[in-house]
Amino acid sequence: MKAAVIRFPGSNCDQDCYHALKHDFGLETEYVWHKEASVEQFDLIVLPGGFSYGDYLRCGAIARYSPVMRSVAAEAERGKLVLGICNGFQILCEARLLPGALIRNRSLHFVCDHVLARIENFETAFSHAEVTKSDGKLLTARTGLLLRMPVAHGEGNYTADEPTLRELTRNKQVVLRYADALGAISEEANPNGSAENIAGITNRAGNVFGLMPHPERACDPLLGSEDGKLIFQSAIESATKWIR
Amino acid sequence: MNEAAITPELIAKHGIKPDEFERICSILGREPNFTELGIFSVMWSEHCSYKNSKPELRKFPTTGPGVLVKAGEENAGVIDIGDGWAIAFKMESHNHPSAIEPFQGAATGVGGIIRDIFTMGARPVFSLNSLRFGPISGVDTEAILRNRRLFAGVVSGIAHYGNCIGIPTIGGEIYFDESYEGNPLVNVFCLGVLRHEEIARGGAVGVGNPVFYVGAETGRDGLAGAAFASRDLTEESKQDRPAVQVGDPFREKLLLEACLELLASGAVAGIQDMGAAGLTCSTCETASRAGTGVEIDLEKVPKREPGMTPYEIMLSESQERMLIIVTKGKEQTVCDIFEKWDLPYAEVGVVKDDGMMRVRVGAQVVAEIPAAKLADDAPIYSREASPQPAPEPLGTLSETDPLEALPALLGHPSIASKNWVYRQYDHMVRAGTCVLPGSDAAVFLVREAGKILAATSDCNALYCALDPREGAKIAVAEAARNLACSGARPLAVTDNLNFGNPYKPENFWQLRECVEGLAEASREFNTPVTGGNVSLYNQSPAGAIDPTPTVGMVGLIDQAAHITTQSFKGAGDAVLLLGELGTGLGGSHFAKVIHGLKAGTPPRLDYAKEKAVQQAVRSLIRMGLVRSAHDCSEGGLAVALAECCISGAEPVGADIDLTGLGTGRADELLFNESQSRIVISVRRENASAALALVQWQGVPAHRLGFTGSPHLRIKAGEREWPWPVKDLREKWWGAIRGWMEE
Repeated sequence: MKAAVIRFPGSNCDQDCYHALKHDFGLETEYVWHKEASVEQFDLIVLPGGFSYGDYLRCGAIARYSPVMRSVAAEAERGKLVLGICNGFQILCEARLLPGALIRNRSLHFVCDHVLARIENFETAFSHAEVTKSDGKLLTARTGLLLRMPVAHGEGNYTADEPTLRELTRNKQVVLRYADALGAISEEANPNGSAENIAGITNRAGNVFGLMPHPERACDPLLGSEDGKLIFQSAIESATKWIR
Repeated sequence: MNEAAITPELIAKHGIKPDEFERICSILGREPNFTELGIFSVMWSEHCSYKNSKPELRKFPTTGPGVLVKAGEENAGVIDIGDGWAIAFKMESHNHPSAIEPFQGAATGVGGIIRDIFTMGARPVFSLNSLRFGPISGVDTEAILRNRRLFAGVVSGIAHYGNCIGIPTIGGEIYFDESYEGNPLVNVFCLGVLRHEEIARGGAVGVGNPVFYVGAETGRDGLAGAAFASRDLTEESKQDRPAVQVGDPFREKLLLEACLELLASGAVAGIQDMGAAGLTCSTCETASRAGTGVEIDLEKVPKREPGMTPYEIMLSESQERMLIIVTKGKEQTVCDIFEKWDLPYAEVGVVKDDGMMRVRVGAQVVAEIPAAKLADDAPIYSREASPQPAPEPLGTLSETDPLEALPALLGHPSIASKNWVYRQYDHMVRAGTCVLPGSDAAVFLVREAGKILAATSDCNALYCALDPREGAKIAVAEAARNLACSGARPLAVTDNLNFGNPYKPENFWQLRECVEGLAEASREFNTPVTGGNVSLYNQSPAGAIDPTPTVGMVGLIDQAAHITTQSFKGAGDAVLLLGELGTGLGGSHFAKVIHGLKAGTPPRLDYAKEKAVQQAVRSLIRMGLVRSAHDCSEGGLAVALAECCISGAEPVGADIDLTGLGTGRADELLFNESQSRIVISVRRENASAALALVQWQGVPAHRLGFTGSPHLRIKAGEREWPWPVKDLREKWWGAIRGWMEE
């Protein structure tokens, strides 16, 4: 079981993802430079956040043409698990591995804050696990569970045409929606104006997942939340199963 | 090459005084040519040479057991944090560029300080910033609209650069005052982490070693910015816009990664960033440090556009560039790494043994100056100083109802929550931010080192305006107090001295008073000054800014359990005041905000009391007794209590009874800014023990009341003022957004 954290020029959450996987989960983890031709030898592929290519042209628009992305697409096609966080999510959308697009926040400002994301589907490869927190309490995936994680982005406003949005809901591809403390999907809880408060989606097959919140910044009680562990734990369990 | 003739007008235009020109001629043994004149003008500008402040800066304590690299030795000071780990940190200003181009001015300020840190071989891990603008609240006059534009522009510039490069901006301070109208202050602080053995030096060592230029191409932007920063801002300053550089955080991110990779490879003999005075400064300073010479060929320098003259190339302040002295034989390593990161690089010269900075264009020598003399022999002036008049007495203020005064203070942009700002900064990238912006100090976990750092920047310039020396001392004391409240012990200081034109005796007196105050207090708190920056000529047509010696202080928290924040943690805790209730409203924010008066004698600092109260709070924290700790600063006790109530995720009220404590008028009791005071909360059952422990250490302490009520209710004898905490929070949280967006 081996995880890859892909480094694009301008990635800046690569070290955080690497640390979470390697030290919080004890997973064998390697950086993969975007000019590499293949990620075939890895079981879990993580596209970290950041400003690949300085967000020039459009977030993720240039990174999707990086040599490694051809291999990422091929592995995704084979059913391997691919996790895109923030800019990674934007790159996956630009690469058409996920539907829709992430546009400028409604406020036109960059937003950095803790948000609550409600699990909409607890049966996906990325949202089904149970983890034990540092205080011994269990965090068990279920529909409606609220995960507290940071967001930090200027372009996190998820948008797609009506048929796509309907299809995402019908196929239960929406994994996370921004919610308030009571679990309501409200306008006030939406940090960026995303359609239907969407915070994270999978592809139709369920093996490619993109989300705007940063689970890697929510794996340590010192940082205010450990809820991000649920995402990584799910992905690691699913990747292990996939190997078998 | 056709160069301009050297005329007295041209010399004056370069800001070089006749006696300085004579000095140049005697160094060269001839008259300088146009390029050389330009080189001297930037190197001998205040910004690069500190010619008007150097004798003052020598007063700072710069040594201590933990100091690995001293102030002035390299690009930033380095301090030991134990277990073979060290930190490099520094604060720098970008005031002038931000005044005329706020977005790029602030952005490149961030870029510059980050380069200073990774030049030391450290990985930058967080930033702070200390900002000052003219007022943004009130009727939409032209001045206020302009202040808001500057504020918004600076904040987006910092966000743009810091967010993209992936270094969290985790704290700082922002004040609004008339004296900064037209001359905002943008002071940025960055801290990096490294192993002791990774400290990189900026010397051109090893005669025969090749000199590499790496990073962005040189363009015509930022021409002679250092000289521009060493003049007063006037109406005509807008024409200097080409002196403002344009930043590209993406390029800098690549440069940062490539340089750290290169440093780790062992191919680097010396490294220096190209900041102020660009190629000029980096070549002569590296040569001067190593006692060598450097010869470069401008034909080989990567350029953004054709037809640039030697003068332009040498004086350009294009961003995201570094000069690297490579160990001979390791050239290929440089090529491989910079190819990998898709960054321009070129071998532009060689280290010589003749002590000269020699600049060629092909075979033709266009400048030839003794490097050490250029870098270090700028004239040093001791300016005339004359004391400013004593501050006007405050007089008797009409008594104000605290019921209205407290919300008004909480809604003043200087005191109000800065969430509108820090929500625009990525303050959580690098996954180490333990205390979010808005508490007494920022707290950051450096995972690779297993160390928890606390950092703060402080300066109450209102005090400095009324009494520069006392104000500067208080800036250091407050920084140390903020660290103590966070559970940290202070390690060291960086400062940013922002003053007006030093040729005006009153301004120079302020500078001297502040430096002496900072120096004295830094000694008292055992926090050596590891470096910093001087920014003079902060003048607008209306006059000089208030003297603003910003202090950045870093401390270490020994255990995660000691991390303490300012907000009340829940109902039923006892609220204690460590320190006295105090008197006097001179220099207070209450006098300024409520009565419109910048007058009176500011609070005094008593070192013994201050150190005792800090020690007391630290020991209570270490014993695990403290649930929250917050120092009393702007707005006094009432504002501190309100902030404890409203700065947490959920507001928590408190019932406070001051009956029998303190005397005199209610407004003075609640809003005086006496120093050396900390509000803490402890579990009810621990209150007596905590009080006894503190008093035993000789620190006065008082029981103020209990937390847990929908109100903050303060009682003093017969009088009582209740404020719904929800309302206070709304006022405080939304004030800046209200002025900026509605």
